[in-house]
Amino acid sequence: MIEKADQIFVLLGHWLVSFLPAALQKPALVLLAVVAIIVTFPALFAITVLLERKGLGRMQNRYGPNRVGPYGLFQPVADGIKSLTKEDIVPLSADAVVHFLAPVLLVVVVFMGYAVLPIGRNMTLVNLDAGILFFFAIGASSELSVFMAGWSSRNKYSLLGAMRAVAQMISYEVPLLMSSLAVVMITGSLNANRIVDAQNQYTYGLPHWYIFTPWGFAGFLLFAVAATAETNRSPFDLPEGESELVAGYFTEYSGFKFALFFLGEYVGMMGISGLGTTLFLGGYSAPLQVLGFVPSWAWFIGKIMLSMCVFIWVRGTLPRLRQDQLMNFAWKFVLPLSLLNLFVAAAWRFMGQGFLRWVVCSAVLLIAYVVMARVGMKREHFGPRSYRYAE
Amino acid sequence: MLGEGILKGLGETARNFAGSFVSKERLTTIQYPEERAEPIEATRDFPFLVYDGNDWEAGLRCVACQICEKECPPKCIYIVKSTDKKPDALGKPQIYPTRFDIDISVCMSCQICVEVCPFEAIKMDTEFELSTTDRFGGLLYDRAQLARSNEYYHSIHPTEAAEVDARLAEEKVKADAKAKAAAAAAAAKAAAAAKPAVAAAVPASSEEPATKKPEAETQK
Repeated sequence: MIEKADQIFVLLGHWLVSFLPAALQKPALVLLAVVAIIVTFPALFAITVLLERKGLGRMQNRYGPNRVGPYGLFQPVADGIKSLTKEDIVPLSADAVVHFLAPVLLVVVVFMGYAVLPIGRNMTLVNLDAGILFFFAIGASSELSVFMAGWSSRNKYSLLGAMRAVAQMISYEVPLLMSSLAVVMITGSLNANRIVDAQNQYTYGLPHWYIFTPWGFAGFLLFAVAATAETNRSPFDLPEGESELVAGYFTEYSGFKFALFFLGEYVGMMGISGLGTTLFLGGYSAPLQVLGFVPSWAWFIGKIMLSMCVFIWVRGTLPRLRQDQLMNFAWKFVLPLSLLNLFVAAAWRFMGQGFLRWVVCSAVLLIAYVVMARVGMKREHFGPRSYRYAE
Repeated sequence: MLGEGILKGLGETARNFAGSFVSKERLTTIQYPEERAEPIEATRDFPFLVYDGNDWEAGLRCVACQICEKECPPKCIYIVKSTDKKPDALGKPQIYPTRFDIDISVCMSCQICVEVCPFEAIKMDTEFELSTTDRFGGLLYDRAQLARSNEYYHSIHPTEAAEVDARLAEEKVKADAKAKAAAAAAAAKAAAAAKPAVAAAVPASSEEPATKKPEAETQK
């Protein structure tokens, strides 16, 4: 019974394609899985948007949307209808083709990332050996679409936003890769399923997730920071900083194209949350052995939604960074720490099973954190500002 | 240490998040159509015309002096003077506005018309639910729509209306005294004409214009 619930979607898929001739079964199964992903994650996106609007409201002691349907539950539907029926404006001097392609590319690219994520046991669309590499390669293409949007709009705010976005995404891509590299090193595989399997073991009922090791914990935090920046999420949402750039690279987008950008952004966030889950939080495995009866896909979706809630929480808390702070943080703090984390992970691997490696690895990372925070993130004091006025 | 402030901030937002479900005082939102805020006496939005008595057309205090029309910064008032005179609420013959239109889509609620009006004829209303589907005609209010009784004025701005009434009563007393004095002077003159030996030594009552000081009632 538990096995059935765990594999319900796999069994359902096989049952559905069993009506087709044998030659068509395999492509149909793939198609079915693709459709399932394309339906599930936008649905989760709608829930996330509602959660975000209500949650941010509560953090600011407001109600949030509560008019459409009971408790405002149909707000995403209303938003969707609104953006679908709105006029789609393309600026006269914009490059119409690129302007159209940018949101489409973003959404396509973002959904392609899900191809390698193990959503549940036996529920990976493409079990690539270089799955993590594929995810990062595809994820990097979202920069292209952002720049296409900014460039083709022919608007100074769009272009500035796109420039910022590219600078930021390239800067944070490096620590993002470096922090996940530690996991790849320890597991010895780029295959997402094997990474999950390596974590899907229990000692005294407790899981072997990588986040419960010193290097994994540090790596997860670095990954979370880099992922937040990579998805242009607050407090790293400079590319769309509305106080200075109207809406950044999608200033000139309206109607459904804007909705596509919005969708792409959130689905991308969920994708990167899914990757973080796979790498550090044990993917689809249960947090306690006794909870193993809950279907694996439910754990994966639950972990994604939990990380979305953290994204929302962080957004409700932190103010936006300045551009120089953003760059300093990436190159002077996150990158060196993630490089060090690689060495720590290597040390962990070769220090045997004892208690010693916990002490050494934790101490090295902790000391590095404190020192780098003191030295690298030291505030420069320029003294009081002086003004010179025209005489 | 780096990150301490972030944790503190996260704690603060978490407290707010949880607190908004627990304590009602945190949520200051008034859910408008169902709930309403307590009316504030000093609220003002668009002007209206005050009338005395029961008939708005007869009791309109406005004498079409057009000061408000001239002073209105966005020029949203349009007045047409009457050619004839007709007795106002006090029975004195006055010019009256045959047309008094305010385009409330233009009005910026500055209250200058109220401040300059020497006759206490135009005051600020508190009615704000004025939305209409007709964007031109529906927002152009004519005399009939603008006229409100003095009782209504008392109901929305009690303190201010009481002050205005006191001032008007004072002015009325003065005007009565002046009229009486003038009548007495005329009578004396007539008497003097009859008896020229008696010098026309009746002192004229102190000349005081019937205008009020506009700043007195606008200060809040």
